[in-house]
Amino acid sequence: MSRYRVAVHIVPRRGLLDPQGKAVADALHSLGFAGVRDVRVGRHLVIDADAPEAQSAERVVRDMCAKLLANPVTEDFEIANVEQA
Amino acid sequence: MKFGIVKFPGSNSDEDAFLAVNDVLGQEAVWLWHKDHDLRGADVVILPGGFSYGDYLRAGAIARFSPIMREVVAHADRGGPVIGICNGFQIACEGGLLPGALLRNQSLQFVSELCRVRVENTDTRFTNQYTSGQLLRHCTGRKGLEDCRAIELL
Repeated sequence: MSRYRVAVHIVPRRGLLDPQGKAVADALHSLGFAGVRDVRVGRHLVIDADAPEAQSAERVVRDMCAKLLANPVTEDFEIANVEQA
Repeated sequence: MKFGIVKFPGSNSDEDAFLAVNDVLGQEAVWLWHKDHDLRGADVVILPGGFSYGDYLRAGAIARFSPIMREVVAHADRGGPVIGICNGFQIACEGGLLPGALLRNQSLQFVSELCRVRVENTDTRFTNQYTSGQLLRHCTGRKGLEDCRAIELL
């Protein structure tokens, strides 16, 4: 068993209105960042977990996302990084 | 008829629900703790409002895994009535009792105002004494649905 640090991004699904993202985009525009086209505000989770190897750590975190961390109706998730903790 | 009212950490309209059942309806109300494993003989379950588990992760996302929710879902599967109020409705959606999910209000503000609702059907046990006005209070109250069929179910 080793300890792995798995980072996950959870963001509102494309096509759904993300009012937080829109508010941030509007604020960036008013600050002069004219090139901003879209902002989506989500969550970034960093999970330390014991697992036999990196692949199974990632698999377990995917399972966590499906069961609790993300709502499949409104959110998408992606594993951003897996490294030895 | 016996009403079971669930107390989650962060529930805040549970006492109101208890009083409504006892004083307004004149029916028996029992408390159900979120860690309980049985409904204490309740015929109707009320999931009250509030901010269970601080709305962490998503409103209702953590409360749905409380031990009592396993019993509530089984009760609903047997056709037993469950009333989800405010955060209780969010918990019911997260727990799969209702289709779809709730989204942040477009304004990003907590909304507390009178809202006109149109009663489409008074031939249900939930709406047979309904009137056309109700108080709307929510921060995460925008119903998002997977498909049109779900709207018909509501």
